[in-house]
Amino acid sequence: MANVITITSGKGGVGKTTATANLGTALAQRGCKVAVVDADIGLRNLDVVMGLENRIVYDLVDVVEGQCRLRQALIKDKRLPELYLLPAAQTRDKNAVDPKDMIKLCDQLREDFDFVLIDSPAGIEQGYKNAVAPADQVIVITTPEVSAVRDADRIIGLLESAEKRSPRLVINRLKPSMVKRGDMMDTADVLEILAIELLGIVPEDDSIVASTNRGEPVALNGKTRAGMAFQNIARRLLGDEVPFPEFNNASGLLGRLWGFVRSRPIDFKARN
Amino acid sequence: MKLFGVLFGRTKTKSSQVAKERLKLVLVHDRIKVSPELLDTLKGELIGAISKHIDIDQAGLEVTITRGDKVDKLVANIPIRRSR
Repeated sequence: MANVITITSGKGGVGKTTATANLGTALAQRGCKVAVVDADIGLRNLDVVMGLENRIVYDLVDVVEGQCRLRQALIKDKRLPELYLLPAAQTRDKNAVDPKDMIKLCDQLREDFDFVLIDSPAGIEQGYKNAVAPADQVIVITTPEVSAVRDADRIIGLLESAEKRSPRLVINRLKPSMVKRGDMMDTADVLEILAIELLGIVPEDDSIVASTNRGEPVALNGKTRAGMAFQNIARRLLGDEVPFPEFNNASGLLGRLWGFVRSRPIDFKARN
Repeated sequence: MKLFGVLFGRTKTKSSQVAKERLKLVLVHDRIKVSPELLDTLKGELIGAISKHIDIDQAGLEVTITRGDKVDKLVANIPIRRSR
């Protein structure tokens, strides 16, 4: 029976789609059967981030409207046999689907998958409501900036009033060098304000843009900093206790070396 | 001295701290749907209710919302006039 997890943020551009693609990849690499669902109807992007844009025949709205069967719309990933994408419709709008449709769709997906990850659209309107309705768990993603944190707080409030299980937080695009000189809020600052459980910290990493250019999620290559961070989040989703790295000290060469040395035992454990 | 401080970045508060403080303030109002007008109304009614029984300093009365760890608080600071 699958775990349905929605990734949402309120603000746009903080990394929902990138996180969905990478967590789906990391979970599938660990042998889980994963469906990633693009709930951003009208502005689909999860397909290009995953490099599967040329394979789309049917989409989520086709399934909901009964134009095709669910299996026909699911696209198998090129690299990982356990990973599937359900793309959003590009020529429709958010009102083509309602929360009941999404719950029904996800109940069907639950039968065949270990994880269903839903990429929510930005905002707090219909598209967000559709994305969150079927969720067993919600991941709120933010960057350490005032606008993103404010919107994350709004989302957390909405989730509470919708009586969803308390969401967990991913802080994305943290820049250790800026934190060090006091020009970016650190993890503790953001947690103090949002007061929810931390699920992961993803450092700013140029390899995200480069890998998205190629349509290859960065988590495929566990050597990048962001890729490692997404791998860690996937392990936490699977129930592993993974310590949070101290990015604050890791900005210099020595700090990075130290971080590398400290991360070795974790990697070792993961392989066994 | 001041120039010295500016040059060495000592007098300027770190922007991350500014961000945090600004966020805390803005979130108090985002989280609780209490407008400044409602706070004014509350203030007026509090003065009315309390001054029937106690001699209070009406000009010094303050009603604010503050953030706690778990709950946000509506705090009324009501100075009482000393009778001598």
